[in-house]
Amino acid sequence: MYDIKALYEAESVQDAIRLLQEHPEAQVLAGGSDVLVQIREGRRAGVELVSIYMLDELRGVTIDEDENIRIGSLTSFSHITNDPIIQKYINVLGEAVDMVGGPQIRAIGTIGGNTCNGVTSADSASTLMAWDAIIEITGPEGVRRVPIRDFYIKAKVVDLRPAEIQTAILIPKESYDRCFGHYIKYSMRNALDIATTGCSVNVRLSEDRKTIERVRIGYGVAAPVPVRAYTAEEFLNGKEITDANIKEFAETVLNDINPRDSWRAGKALRRHISVVMAERALRESISLAGGVVNG
Amino acid sequence: MSNKYIGQAVTRLDAHDKAMGRIRYTDDMCDKGALVIRVLHSTVANGIVKKIDTEEAEKIPGVVRVFTCFDLKEKHYFPTAGHPWSTDPHHQDIADRLIMTDRPLFYGDDIGAVVAEDEVAAAQAIRVLEKSVEYEELPFVLDAQEAMKEGAPQLHENYPNNVLAHTEIHMGSVEEAIKEPGLTKVEGWYETQPVQHCHIENFICYAYGEGDRTVVVSSTQIPHIVRRVIGQALGMDWGKFRVIKPYVGGGFGNKQDVLYEPLTAWISIQLGGRLVKLDVPREETFISNRIRHAIRYHITSWMRPDGSFVARTIKAWCNNGAYSSHGHAIAAKGLNAFPQLYPCDNIDGETWTVYTNRSVAGAMRGYGMPQASYAFECHTEDCARAMGMDPLEFRRKNLMPVGYYHAFSQNELYSDSFNQCFDKGAEIIGYYDKVEKYKNQTGDIRRGIAVSTYWYNTAVYPIALETSSCRIVMNQDGSVQFQLGETEIGQGADTAAAQMIADTLGLPFEKVHAVSCQDTDITPFGTGVYASRGTYTLGFSVKQTALLLKEKILEAAHQFTRMPVYNLDLIDGVIVRTTDGRKLMTIGDLALSKLYTTEGSQHLTAESTYQIKSNAYTFGCCFAEVEVDIPMCRVRLLNIVNVHDCGQVINPTLAAGQVHGGMSMGIGYALSEKLMWDEKTGKPLNNNLLDYKLSSFMDHPRLNAAFVENYEPTSAYGTKGLGEPPACPVAPAIRNAIGAATGIYINELPLSPHTLFREFTDAGLINDSFAEDKQGKESK
Amino acid sequence: MAKQYKVVHCTINGKKVEQVVDVRASLTDMLRNDFRLTSVKKGCEVGECGACTVIINGEGFNSCIYLAVWAEGKEIWTLEGLTGPGGELSDIQQAFIDEGAIQCGFCTPGFIMTSWEIVNSGREYTDDELRKALSGHLCRCTGYENIFRAVKKTMLRHLGKFEEAEKVNSQGITEYPEPMPFK
Repeated sequence: MYDIKALYEAESVQDAIRLLQEHPEAQVLAGGSDVLVQIREGRRAGVELVSIYMLDELRGVTIDEDENIRIGSLTSFSHITNDPIIQKYINVLGEAVDMVGGPQIRAIGTIGGNTCNGVTSADSASTLMAWDAIIEITGPEGVRRVPIRDFYIKAKVVDLRPAEIQTAILIPKESYDRCFGHYIKYSMRNALDIATTGCSVNVRLSEDRKTIERVRIGYGVAAPVPVRAYTAEEFLNGKEITDANIKEFAETVLNDINPRDSWRAGKALRRHISVVMAERALRESISLAGGVVNG
Repeated sequence: MSNKYIGQAVTRLDAHDKAMGRIRYTDDMCDKGALVIRVLHSTVANGIVKKIDTEEAEKIPGVVRVFTCFDLKEKHYFPTAGHPWSTDPHHQDIADRLIMTDRPLFYGDDIGAVVAEDEVAAAQAIRVLEKSVEYEELPFVLDAQEAMKEGAPQLHENYPNNVLAHTEIHMGSVEEAIKEPGLTKVEGWYETQPVQHCHIENFICYAYGEGDRTVVVSSTQIPHIVRRVIGQALGMDWGKFRVIKPYVGGGFGNKQDVLYEPLTAWISIQLGGRLVKLDVPREETFISNRIRHAIRYHITSWMRPDGSFVARTIKAWCNNGAYSSHGHAIAAKGLNAFPQLYPCDNIDGETWTVYTNRSVAGAMRGYGMPQASYAFECHTEDCARAMGMDPLEFRRKNLMPVGYYHAFSQNELYSDSFNQCFDKGAEIIGYYDKVEKYKNQTGDIRRGIAVSTYWYNTAVYPIALETSSCRIVMNQDGSVQFQLGETEIGQGADTAAAQMIADTLGLPFEKVHAVSCQDTDITPFGTGVYASRGTYTLGFSVKQTALLLKEKILEAAHQFTRMPVYNLDLIDGVIVRTTDGRKLMTIGDLALSKLYTTEGSQHLTAESTYQIKSNAYTFGCCFAEVEVDIPMCRVRLLNIVNVHDCGQVINPTLAAGQVHGGMSMGIGYALSEKLMWDEKTGKPLNNNLLDYKLSSFMDHPRLNAAFVENYEPTSAYGTKGLGEPPACPVAPAIRNAIGAATGIYINELPLSPHTLFREFTDAGLINDSFAEDKQGKESK
Repeated sequence: MAKQYKVVHCTINGKKVEQVVDVRASLTDMLRNDFRLTSVKKGCEVGECGACTVIINGEGFNSCIYLAVWAEGKEIWTLEGLTGPGGELSDIQQAFIDEGAIQCGFCTPGFIMTSWEIVNSGREYTDDELRKALSGHLCRCTGYENIFRAVKKTMLRHLGKFEEAEKVNSQGITEYPEPMPFK
């Protein structure tokens, strides 16, 4: 039994917004795998909740009229992994969210919740960063869209205004077209874990598959919020696929990331692993894109 | 008696009900109207409770009562260890606990309790109370050697420098022996970490009044001991309490301590016998139940050029946490094992058990031997390497020889268990081929294979009382129920006992029923299950009692068949005339006739106690094959094989299950598990199943369990212990395999990425140029 | 504030039910307390151990972190529902018994529910996929070895691969041809 002061169940997105306006203290409850745990811990005990979990209109993956991949915010991790659109265009996202916790957590956990909690270790976040996802937010004033890098403000704080809820995550065509990516989750055990650090890379190669046309690399737990390593990307964009370039790319990521020391892991370990992951995730992405490393 | 069921993989008695989900554990039996207890824990690591303001908490709707340490009018200090009681005061466990204390000695100590109508109200009250406790905070100490230093905070009166106990062993003269020229000296420090049992069913108990007594239903391994300790803790006659043990969701030694039964009984009494339940949350199980001792070892060996030991020294510092629980027994076990495993004429050994302001360490599967095995077998590997010898051959050369006799325990090694286990394990895993194959590897990803062994004995004789009692009651149809003090906690004790009874009596297995749930009002006395003694210990009373009953059965058979008893036997449920093999009557007909006969009606039952005055060595080994991803600082366990000589295997499926479970616990111990405290506050950091890295399904390879069966001559059924040994050799085998792969031999557990990163960096195995300064690294 | 209740309509183990629940209740609370389906175990109450796993609309969930009110309209299965009307065990339950996959039994109900989902999926999982599919459950007794065998054998039998099922033995030494980098 949870220490919940009041539970308001939304019947539609508009109803959820109305409930949040009526109950300004209330917090949004999606899958609950974070919120309910925090209520039990006492951190959020006695809260008022607006449950949006029953809103099936926020579930599912589609391609919209602008050819964006549109992922409803309440789509569970397991449904994302098994979705044919995801598998065809951005399989790495399905793979990344397939590393969250265990299967039962992936059944309840939602991609909206994973991003709205503003946690840097979220397994979806580095991939969404690396694919320049757009966050769709619906509120009293209507719908607005925010690039994911602007959505994250600081640790555990995202760009959600009063009575707003996240309704979808979009991947624009320009972002996914001819792109191939790989995610590495680094954690202390192979299941039921949060990322000690995580790295998601994707590439688009030149037509002869010898040159990196565009590389993007996102990290979790390398900073208070998920980040991109832009310096490393700039270094590699347009460069030939060589061992030397790959290695330099990997070491260059250290200019862009700033992991911290905690009892969970030391900064030095996180920095070291970040470089190793960058190299391995890049090599895997190149391989998926049909590229070959030249000397 | 012939072995019809012993040695067979009969299905465990409770499997069907467990597969249906209808087995009742403690919480399943409790009425849902029970009041809920939550314990108020200390949020300082060392201090004095000055005041607890209960007013706000008592106002919370649903809160029934708030109890604090100040409500304890009589202070009855009590021991918690699940040891048999000793009538000799010098051999009694240290009585240093109260059901609630105003002098908390660790973060998580018990200073009060809330009783509420539901868990939400209880949790709300606890949160309010935590803020209302006024402490005088005292300095605290978390490390055993630090706690022994002058000026360290003192936890208990009468234990200067926090030393609970200190013991020494001396054999020959190390000083003289090492004067011999040409010796090679190997020395090392070996550090093991605190871990927790993590049985999936948390500790839970409930209590209610019945007449002028209190009934306590508890998830425990030791119901009869629990009854005694409740009496001691409450200063009341032991017979005022009745303890019932339903099915238990794992114990592993944590439930071999008395945990919250006394507090729960006390609260029920305060409330006039109302039904109260204490279901310990997982977070509290980690810090306020028991944990495994962290032990730090220092071992030195001197060897002749042929690799034989000339002299050895060992020192051990055992971090006991804030209360004695099992006291010095755990550290002492490792110290006593040291001269036995690799006998040597000249040995100096010393060990200290030390109080610190950490969670209380108690019994946990292996009872000090996983720690000692790690230290011993890291050191043995290093000795072999120093001598340029194959580590397996080095062990064969130096291990306890066949015929070895240990005077104190009167244990004898009757068979060549070590070599037989090595041979079998080496063959299964392909040890010798892989040693060759994995030589001289380069590259980022390397593989290695290695072996480890351990010392173990089965039971607790002659250190503590060994007694077992059994009752067997026959029904009118010739089937029986049996009762034992040895508890079923998932290991399969009931099934093993049923197999023994079926064979000894001569009954079909399906006619033997276990009364699985112990009840101190009904079950004959037994001290429960601990050590690796269940099957060994219960075997004696089972056999004795079954033979007693059989005698009565055959006497009764004489009455109805007119044949002399010495010409009768009970075979497979039929009274048989042994002279010609003729079947005379079924056991069902006999039992029915004997009960309802108008001439000498008798209910066929037997009950007896057997005091065991023997113990048995039980040995084995582990082979581990690993792959190390050096840049990633990750270890993948590829293959693992444990081989054990546990004597006669009663049930191969259940025995393999015990080995798998021990191996699994060893895998977590080796690679990922570690309880941590904040050095600045003494607060536990990772007391939940997310941050405490119990190894998951994906961290396990296939587990291979194999057996060598040398019948144990001291045993009623040829068995020796198996419950704990499988957990002992795993961590050192994995450590040695990582060493074989990388050349880096690490003397600290767990071998997690944190540890590997530090060691690989220090060894120059990974490029440290971008990992910043050393200060940023994970501190030790 | 007054306690808040709601009537929930759902199907539990094939039977349509309606139940008044406290909105603060978890599905574990509802199943254990209101329906006495005590196979649903509490091991951590935060979705880490898997002991409370039930199948909701065909997928395994930790019922401890699932609000009872969300059960509205759902089809829920617990271990009690796998046994037939005459007490017949399903094949996955029998496999857990036959392979010695049960020790203390506390994680067993959750494990069987996830296994039931796996073997009824019609899919053939690789060994690694099986481990992943079962990785939402913690067990301290078995080292997962016999559970793995029980599930794999039953899966193969469901796929009509009876001979292969019989070959799943207890000596699982694996030969690894190439070193595998961590992914």
